[in-house]
Amino acid sequence: MQILSEIFSFYFLLSLLRGATPLIFASMAGLFSERSGLVQIGLEGMMLMGALFAAAGALATHSPWMGFILGGGAGLIAAAIYGFFAIELKSDQVVTGTALNLLAIGFAPFVTKILYDSTGSTPGLDLSSRFSFEPILIALLVSGVIYYLYHRSQLGIVLQFCGEEPAAVETAGYSVRSWRWIFILVCGFLAGLGGASLSLFLASSYSPMMTAGRGFIALAALIFGKWKPLPTLMACLFFATIEAIQIRLQGVDTGIPVPWMQALPYVITIVALAGFFGRSQAPKALGKI
Amino acid sequence: MIRSLIGLFVGLAISLSIVAFAGENPFSVFMILIRSAFGSPYDLGLALFYTTSLIFTGLSVSLAFQAGLFNIGAEGQLTVAALAAAATGVLLPEVPSPWAPLLATTLGISAGALWGFIPGWLKSRRGSHEVIVTMMMNFIAAALASYVVLDLIKNPESQNPESKILGPGYLLKDYDFVQKFFVDSPANLSLILALALSVLIYFFLYKTIWGYELRASGQNEVASEMAGISSKRWKTLAMTIAGALAGFVCVNEILGSSGRYKIGFSPEYGFVGIAVALLARSHPLGVIASAFLFGALQKGASDLDIETATITKDFARIIQAILIFSVAGATLIDFSWIRQKCFFWKKKGVTDANFE
Repeated sequence: MQILSEIFSFYFLLSLLRGATPLIFASMAGLFSERSGLVQIGLEGMMLMGALFAAAGALATHSPWMGFILGGGAGLIAAAIYGFFAIELKSDQVVTGTALNLLAIGFAPFVTKILYDSTGSTPGLDLSSRFSFEPILIALLVSGVIYYLYHRSQLGIVLQFCGEEPAAVETAGYSVRSWRWIFILVCGFLAGLGGASLSLFLASSYSPMMTAGRGFIALAALIFGKWKPLPTLMACLFFATIEAIQIRLQGVDTGIPVPWMQALPYVITIVALAGFFGRSQAPKALGKI
Repeated sequence: MIRSLIGLFVGLAISLSIVAFAGENPFSVFMILIRSAFGSPYDLGLALFYTTSLIFTGLSVSLAFQAGLFNIGAEGQLTVAALAAAATGVLLPEVPSPWAPLLATTLGISAGALWGFIPGWLKSRRGSHEVIVTMMMNFIAAALASYVVLDLIKNPESQNPESKILGPGYLLKDYDFVQKFFVDSPANLSLILALALSVLIYFFLYKTIWGYELRASGQNEVASEMAGISSKRWKTLAMTIAGALAGFVCVNEILGSSGRYKIGFSPEYGFVGIAVALLARSHPLGVIASAFLFGALQKGASDLDIETATITKDFARIIQAILIFSVAGATLIDFSWIRQKCFFWKKKGVTDANFE
């Protein structure tokens, strides 16, 4: 019981919400892409670009807000590359997403070498150019807005039909192609914000591979949340709880080796995906153009 | 085939023009890339060493592709395989020579196969997306490796994060005739193994009924079920074989060259394997050529790191990514509009509609 009370404190809740922030942004980003019928493996790459350019922007302007916006913009550009190949050239979406991830991993050291003459990281940010709590609120606000749009607006209907029955969207006089472009750019912007909250909020600089699979965990949260905004948000909080427990337990001497703890979120993700907590149904036209 | 080549050249051109942004001369960068792969027997040996591992991971990704699955878990599969081989060699150092490498290889590829079986089984029985599961398996494998190597079999005399050295019987040196051609380089007997395996997989996929069933279940699940082929079983099996193929990297890295497990030994062979398979269009024999291209690129990028001011070895990632993009894009570009524009391609009386 000692351990339990040590784990579940106010600080634990705070660290849970901190950890959930990038996940929420990324899985909401994934929602826009996957609901519109585009498989999104490239979240990780968009987040990395967002994290890098957010840190660079904050370093240059000394304002976390400018960095945050720039991070979103970087994610948007990454998504545009994906969109060009997936929507215009109709290349395989999973392959394209993987290429985007590789590109981001290679591109980041290229940029930091030119800008800061370092092999992969940006210099540390001082306190005034970082966030203290703001991204948490923005993430929750964004999921609220998306919840409303998804369930209560025409936009939500178009989004769902793009992924379920694209032909119906065309019949109703909307262009699936242009709407998918809009959704994929929104996706990129949100994923970029998720990355930005990593480098400006969770950490204090950009470091190589700082997403550590969060793009994929966000995707798992999306699947776990049945591609719906509210359950997805809950799934993000669930994964963040596991991560927070894992981080907290590293400080407590439990006798379990640290690498085992670090693997825990990934193991839970697989178990969740295997549908042992209930199955979920993918959008019907997902991956088919 | 031609489209892959078009994609390849477009991709290379784009990559090299990016170099100009960093203030380097694209042409001299290209020459460094060429020289660093073919400059001397040592250089070529190192490039072939990378090629060997990339053939294994390229075959792994290709075989999964043929069964309609996307294996981005080759990295994790080769990690656990190398881990199993290294742990065997460290914990049982007394095993004599002909049996030791066989034992380590068997355990290594079994570990790789297990790492492929799990996502394959989850995919076919529980419908979990294999991309996310294999990605998670990669992270678990990395955690496992740092636990086993740093807590159980750590080399206390070394400053680097690496395991103890394997028992002397495990190393391939005694039989290794390949190494004699490339003095001091890590190229080894595994190259022959990789080439033989490519041919074997080619025969399996294209000349046996099993291979036919595997490909059929990848191309059309419903049709193959109708024909009495259990596509679920084949998807599980394909991922298992893919895992075993990626596991062969342990022969090249652990038994063939370094003789120990170094944390971070793989320059992401698993992910480059995706590019290799894509460029080869998942053909096992094409994988050989494509792996050599990427192996040379890997070697070249590490020389760029030394010889230029602004380009780091991660530049290889950019080139790989752009090549994947351009090959994936080029193979699907619809060339029909070019035909429609070219008047003399049209036969008399054939309208555009007929052409579609």
